[in-house]
Amino acid sequence: MTKPGEFYPRNRDIHPVSLSPGYKSSVTRSPRLALVSLQSTISEQTGPVFGADDIDAGDNDLLTNYAAPGQSPIGERIILHGHVLDENVRPVPNTLVEIWQANAGGRYRHKKDTYLAPIDPNFGGCGRTLTDENGYFFFRTVMPGAYPWRNHANNWRPAHIHVSIFGSGFAQRLITQCYFEGDPLIPLCPIVQTIPDQNAIEQLVARLDLNATIPLDSVAYKFDIILRGRRSTLFENRPEGN
Amino acid sequence: MVQALKYLSETASQTAGPYVHIGLSPGAAGFDIYRQELGHDICGPNAKGERIRVTGVIIDGTGAPIKDAMLEVWQANADGVYAHPGGGGPVEDGFRGWGRVITDFETGEWTFESVKPGNTAGSAGTPQAPHLNLWIVARGINVGLNTRMYFADEAEANTIDPVLNLIEWESRRATLIADRDVLGDLPTYRFDIRLQGDNETVFFDV
Ligand SMILES: [Fe+3]
Repeated sequence: MTKPGEFYPRNRDIHPVSLSPGYKSSVTRSPRLALVSLQSTISEQTGPVFGADDIDAGDNDLLTNYAAPGQSPIGERIILHGHVLDENVRPVPNTLVEIWQANAGGRYRHKKDTYLAPIDPNFGGCGRTLTDENGYFFFRTVMPGAYPWRNHANNWRPAHIHVSIFGSGFAQRLITQCYFEGDPLIPLCPIVQTIPDQNAIEQLVARLDLNATIPLDSVAYKFDIILRGRRSTLFENRPEGN
Repeated sequence: MVQALKYLSETASQTAGPYVHIGLSPGAAGFDIYRQELGHDICGPNAKGERIRVTGVIIDGTGAPIKDAMLEVWQANADGVYAHPGGGGPVEDGFRGWGRVITDFETGEWTFESVKPGNTAGSAGTPQAPHLNLWIVARGINVGLNTRMYFADEAEANTIDPVLNLIEWESRRATLIADRDVLGDLPTYRFDIRLQGDNETVFFDV
């Protein structure tokens, strides 16, 4: 039997640079002093555990989870699916994946979003699921629209879905964004470009997955998520309380 | 030719953006969708130990509180056990040890209630002082920030805490220690997080 071991140090070179002046909001919100490096302790090697009681079966279907009975949201129907794996290529089972996104017109259901595109009465814009024993997850939703944002005067976000993943230890906690193959706005986006590593950017671009489409219903995109790897150590079999 | 190592590379982080609430706290975004939102109940009704409140603001480089952040807490129970298969033992029924709060849209204040954690196992034998593990995301934060909150009334344990002692500058250790206020209905710890400037909070590369 194994117990959770130490995480491999995070490779910061594939992550965005905290202070990225092209993304203006980062200027006042990025720490100026160096992070203090920590060998992970029990506090980081453990993390919250979620189960089937926490969520409902339909939570991963954004086509129906907010729509009125018999209705569905406007937009291109898609499947977003993939595996959560760790750097050791091991599946991460039973982990919580949560997503949120704008509707097909690029408008969020949020009291602070005032973009002129309309709210879709049948689209909430969030979903959640647990990975299965193979680390597999899927969502049904609509392709989100691009939207303008106040950074430079004419910045547009590429179509994207925000993704939150837990993993098996708090040090694996990750929020990222999933983009879509072929979107010409990706290389122009200051938020994408906070990532200095081109391979790391490409790893955020979901690929068209024709084999997984549902004919006459939904086109599919594949998005695999990789969390940090950890060493495995043997359990010290100590009696309770020692 | 050397053999290839079969490792993958971690998926890169991206900012949670200004609308993190839609996904992780939809009630705050202004709509009701799930049977239950996660992270509102950290310790459940059966947790042993002292009930506490923790509150603060997250301050940006201009000195203003951030009003669109989300903060998660991960903590042990009063016995120093995490609710996880590798957490060191059993925990009370209903104790998860994880919570999620958002900063107030008007004031930037965040608050949660929990129990005070106990000492937890340290890697090299010296126990870790009671602490909360915090993770902060927001618009403008490109990679979630990890920090820890320690308790001012645990001075003795704090002095030997192996993580606090990793921080080279003694003055910076103080940025992780929350003062206890004995007024009010619950003991309240105030923990203001400063992203930049004087007394910038210590953030960890865990
Ligand atoms: Fe967005």
